[in-house]
Amino acid sequence: MKSNYLIAVVVIFTLLVASTAHAQSKSAEDRATAVMKASFKERGQAKLDRLDQDKAMALCTKYALTPIPKNLAKEIEAENLKTIPFPKDGKYLGDWKAGERIAQSGVGRQFSDNPANPSGGNCYACHKLDPKELSYGTIGVSLYQFGKIRSYSPEIAKYAYGKIYNAQAYSACSNMPRFGHNQTLTETQIKDLVALLMDPDSPVNK
Amino acid sequence: MNHTLIGFLCVAPATIAVALTLSMIGPAEAQTPAPAKSAATAPPVKKAPAAAASAASSDATVRAIEKYREALADGNPADLWEARGEGIWKQKRGPKNMTLEKCDLGLGEGVVKGAYAQLPKYFGDTDKVEDLESRLVTCMVLLQGFSYEQARRAPFGSPDNKPAMEALVAYVTANSRGVKMNVSLKHPKEKEAFEIGKKIFFHRGGPHDFSCATCHAQDNIRIRLQDLPNLTKQEPAQRAYTAWPAYRVSQGELRSFQWRLFDCFRQQRFPELEFTSQGSVALTTYLARNANGGVFSAPSIKR
Repeated sequence: MKSNYLIAVVVIFTLLVASTAHAQSKSAEDRATAVMKASFKERGQAKLDRLDQDKAMALCTKYALTPIPKNLAKEIEAENLKTIPFPKDGKYLGDWKAGERIAQSGVGRQFSDNPANPSGGNCYACHKLDPKELSYGTIGVSLYQFGKIRSYSPEIAKYAYGKIYNAQAYSACSNMPRFGHNQTLTETQIKDLVALLMDPDSPVNK
Repeated sequence: MNHTLIGFLCVAPATIAVALTLSMIGPAEAQTPAPAKSAATAPPVKKAPAAAASAASSDATVRAIEKYREALADGNPADLWEARGEGIWKQKRGPKNMTLEKCDLGLGEGVVKGAYAQLPKYFGDTDKVEDLESRLVTCMVLLQGFSYEQARRAPFGSPDNKPAMEALVAYVTANSRGVKMNVSLKHPKEKEAFEIGKKIFFHRGGPHDFSCATCHAQDNIRIRLQDLPNLTKQEPAQRAYTAWPAYRVSQGELRSFQWRLFDCFRQQRFPELEFTSQGSVALTTYLARNANGGVFSAPSIKR
């Protein structure tokens, strides 16, 4: 009888502590968000809603330090895949020369940029592409010989288009921006980038 | 605007031939191995053949950049900011016509030596955690009688604006050269600032889905040719944090740590980080604390 009573007390106490801890962490989260929102001001094209997160970014932030559970990763990928409007004409390759210019340009979406001008993709900031460009970053994988290695097939071209349009569709919590989904690059620009990766004449495949 | 990525060849006869694009330019798209790679749609990738060769040439590039940095460091114009800052510190200014010599930067009234190495910290008079810049604003307001707006106005230098703030920052920080970083989290508000700063560091947002961590939470990565310190790890965090403020050769200005954060968020495609805002101090607390134990060595010189 006495031990039952003790167990009950311990259980209630544990529940209390757990719920208080949960409430505290919840309020710490809210407080951090409030501080962040109060610490930025809109400027040019960069409004305060840029601090807001969709489901994918909220989850990727939550799991920034630990691997995201597989089922959640699959959810993010499936939901983002649905957002990709693949080109109606079924053509994925544009002009690789225009693609090279887009890959070199880091202009766009900053508060100091004029939103009337087209954005670049800044691919070289993170990826190796044309080996003649020595100034490339290593945040992303090397894309040198992208088509040559993977084959010049329509399936790979479609994948490249989709990946640039919405990287979260293929690899949840990838560091790569969703260039089409977030309206940084147009369909034509993405096709030009696909050509840079997939055209046998592109210096990427030499 | 350097985000178009200036790739320039810097050739010093027979010694250094450095292909340089040292731009802290717009963080761009990245595609790191994600924790869960489960997409059925991603086609398989054959092994890239030239990986080893490319790693070797990349090492050579990194060494060449190091040499270029050493060459730059010979004669740092930050001295000019430090001297001007010392003058401003000791100059009677503001409605109260007072100097800053009674300003308490955390080690007592007027103590400048070593003060920066223990900032940000909690200050009882404002009941806030303050970094150097926000503390200087407090002293300008309380001691010199400036309004809060006056003290925070146009804090970043440009060809037609040479603010007192950056000069003061140069003077105070130079007085911590050789001192070990020692940021305390004893006060609950210091601990809270650290935790909020950490949250801001990992918060993904904006049109590019970037957070600070996109570029600064992995080892041995570069944006273009600029190496990116992993600011979540002690050794690289120490190396990075203790090298700010810096005289920026490409801009001809001395840049404070507040400027560093301001400009990172611009490239992150976020709205404007407000000068000395609570979030900026929180993020600084997180980064400075991660650098604890590192020997402070700024103002430095950077490309």
